[in-house]
Amino acid sequence: MADLQLELYVVGQSPSSQAAIENLRAICDGVLAGRCHVRIVDVLDEPDAAEQANILATPTLIKRAPVPVRRIIGDLSVTRDVLDGLDLNREEPATGEDPTHGGSAP
Amino acid sequence: MAEAHPESPIEKTPTGISGFDHITDGGLPRGRSTLVSGTAGSAKTVLAMQFLIEGIALGEHGVFVTFEESPADLRRNVLGFGWDVAALEAAKQFCFVDASQRPDEERIEAGMYDFGALLARIEAAVHKVGATRVSLDSIGAVFAQFRDAAIVRRELYRISAALKQLDVTALITAERNEEYGAISRHGMEEFVTDNVVLVRNVLEDEKRRRTIEVLKLRGTNHHKGEYPFSVNPQGLIVIPLSAILLKQKSTTLRITSGNKELDAMCGSGFFRDSIILVSGATGTGKTLMVTAFTAGGIEQGERCLTFCFEESREQFFRNAAGWGFDFEALEAKGDLKVVTDYPEIMPLEDHLIRMKRIISEFKPNRVAVDSLSALERVSGNRGFREFVIGLTAFIKHGEMAGLFTSTTPTLLGGTSVTEAHISTICDSIILLRYVEMHGEMRRGLTVLKMRGSAHDKEIREFTIDGAGMHLGKSFRNVTGILSGNPMQLAMAPADIDRLRDMFEE
Repeated sequence: MADLQLELYVVGQSPSSQAAIENLRAICDGVLAGRCHVRIVDVLDEPDAAEQANILATPTLIKRAPVPVRRIIGDLSVTRDVLDGLDLNREEPATGEDPTHGGSAP
Repeated sequence: MAEAHPESPIEKTPTGISGFDHITDGGLPRGRSTLVSGTAGSAKTVLAMQFLIEGIALGEHGVFVTFEESPADLRRNVLGFGWDVAALEAAKQFCFVDASQRPDEERIEAGMYDFGALLARIEAAVHKVGATRVSLDSIGAVFAQFRDAAIVRRELYRISAALKQLDVTALITAERNEEYGAISRHGMEEFVTDNVVLVRNVLEDEKRRRTIEVLKLRGTNHHKGEYPFSVNPQGLIVIPLSAILLKQKSTTLRITSGNKELDAMCGSGFFRDSIILVSGATGTGKTLMVTAFTAGGIEQGERCLTFCFEESREQFFRNAAGWGFDFEALEAKGDLKVVTDYPEIMPLEDHLIRMKRIISEFKPNRVAVDSLSALERVSGNRGFREFVIGLTAFIKHGEMAGLFTSTTPTLLGGTSVTEAHISTICDSIILLRYVEMHGEMRRGLTVLKMRGSAHDKEIREFTIDGAGMHLGKSFRNVTGILSGNPMQLAMAPADIDRLRDMFEE
């Protein structure tokens, strides 16, 4: 399987941005076993990059490759949805985490 | 009292949009947000864009945050108004924040989020071009992009608060479902509570009519109620009726009607800045009155402008030639301008704007419209009344004389809708009527009203020949002419004279 090219757009030190960074790191180190390249963009430092990518909400994770390009919005706390968004059908057993944990808004 | 906390009064910033600054009594509150709410196709986006374009002309730079259309589409769409957005972007006076949805990308929501990125982008854009105006168009589209309306609402509120911190004057558009109902879909007015403007596109008598209403501008004055507006090649133009009413000066100067006998009936002519309505059935001589009025003015060295909505140019000129007036030569000399059009070519609001523009350019002393009732066809009642008020006020304000004709729907007697709407606005009313007597049709004329002057109150018979109109004697022994039922009275003329003397003032 090809490596994932990911961009994570965050805003400074906000709690949801920090959570997103943590959650993504856990997924990369866990299920993906390091087969991912992540670029973290702080929109406060690089508003033009956010403009280019048309980012409204933060955090936003964009999967640039492999296609299809996909956006995952939120702090990535709902691991199952994140994995679905990254096309990682979880044949492996769950990481021990309750997939609904994190309380995504209904 | 207010010394401890010297609250500065709310300042307004002129938008530069024609008429809008009048109904808002000076523009939009500076440093505040104003919600513009309207149904689909009510010209919200045009207004949002024009707010920025006019701002640049006034030295205020702008940021356009688009949630719906892409910047590329917007640039193209507003080119028709002569707004070269790309050039303004290059000059660093204007900047887009593209928050439009990209349909080719899949989106998934996984966890909590906020609009921190959007806010950062708006702030960056404002700083980049030094903007003092921001338009957001339209926030209803944001709700379509995200699953949780509660989060969107909370985040839009944050953005609204942040705009205030940035000290920019913001215009935020939102959708409505109905022309007369809730202020906006999604309850957006809860966030931008201070200032609300409604734009409408109402279907009335199968015709579209655009109006704009300032619902509230907190802490400041504004004009209440709906005002018609038009979207034309210069953008949006609001027609502020209350601005123009009853401010005109008055004069006792008299001008000729082009017919000496009629001048005598009116007490030596019309007043110079008066509006005269000539009402009559088809063929009673209304166009002749217009022709005489126009020719009479030119003879006195005045400039005359004639709008014809019933006849073609050739017809009008041919008729005039039949009465001995060479209008073609007069027009070539520059004293006369004849504008002929079908009423149906544009909505009535656009007619008004165009007529005002032509009047402003030509600067006539006399304006004739033949006929006003032809314009009734392209508008509902309300729109027509507003048109007449707008036009008459404009003409009077310019100290011009106006002669309008109105065609009655019936041959005998009768009044038209036109008269019902404008009889109180015009200063003089002249009725031309058919009178059926002894098996033939004759014509009668009476001056029904002549504001500020004594006038002949008789119903005079008149004839039309190759030299024009000739007033004859009054119909002494006939009654019921105006109601369309002429009755011969079996009284000796001497008795009638005696009866009349009893009521002489």
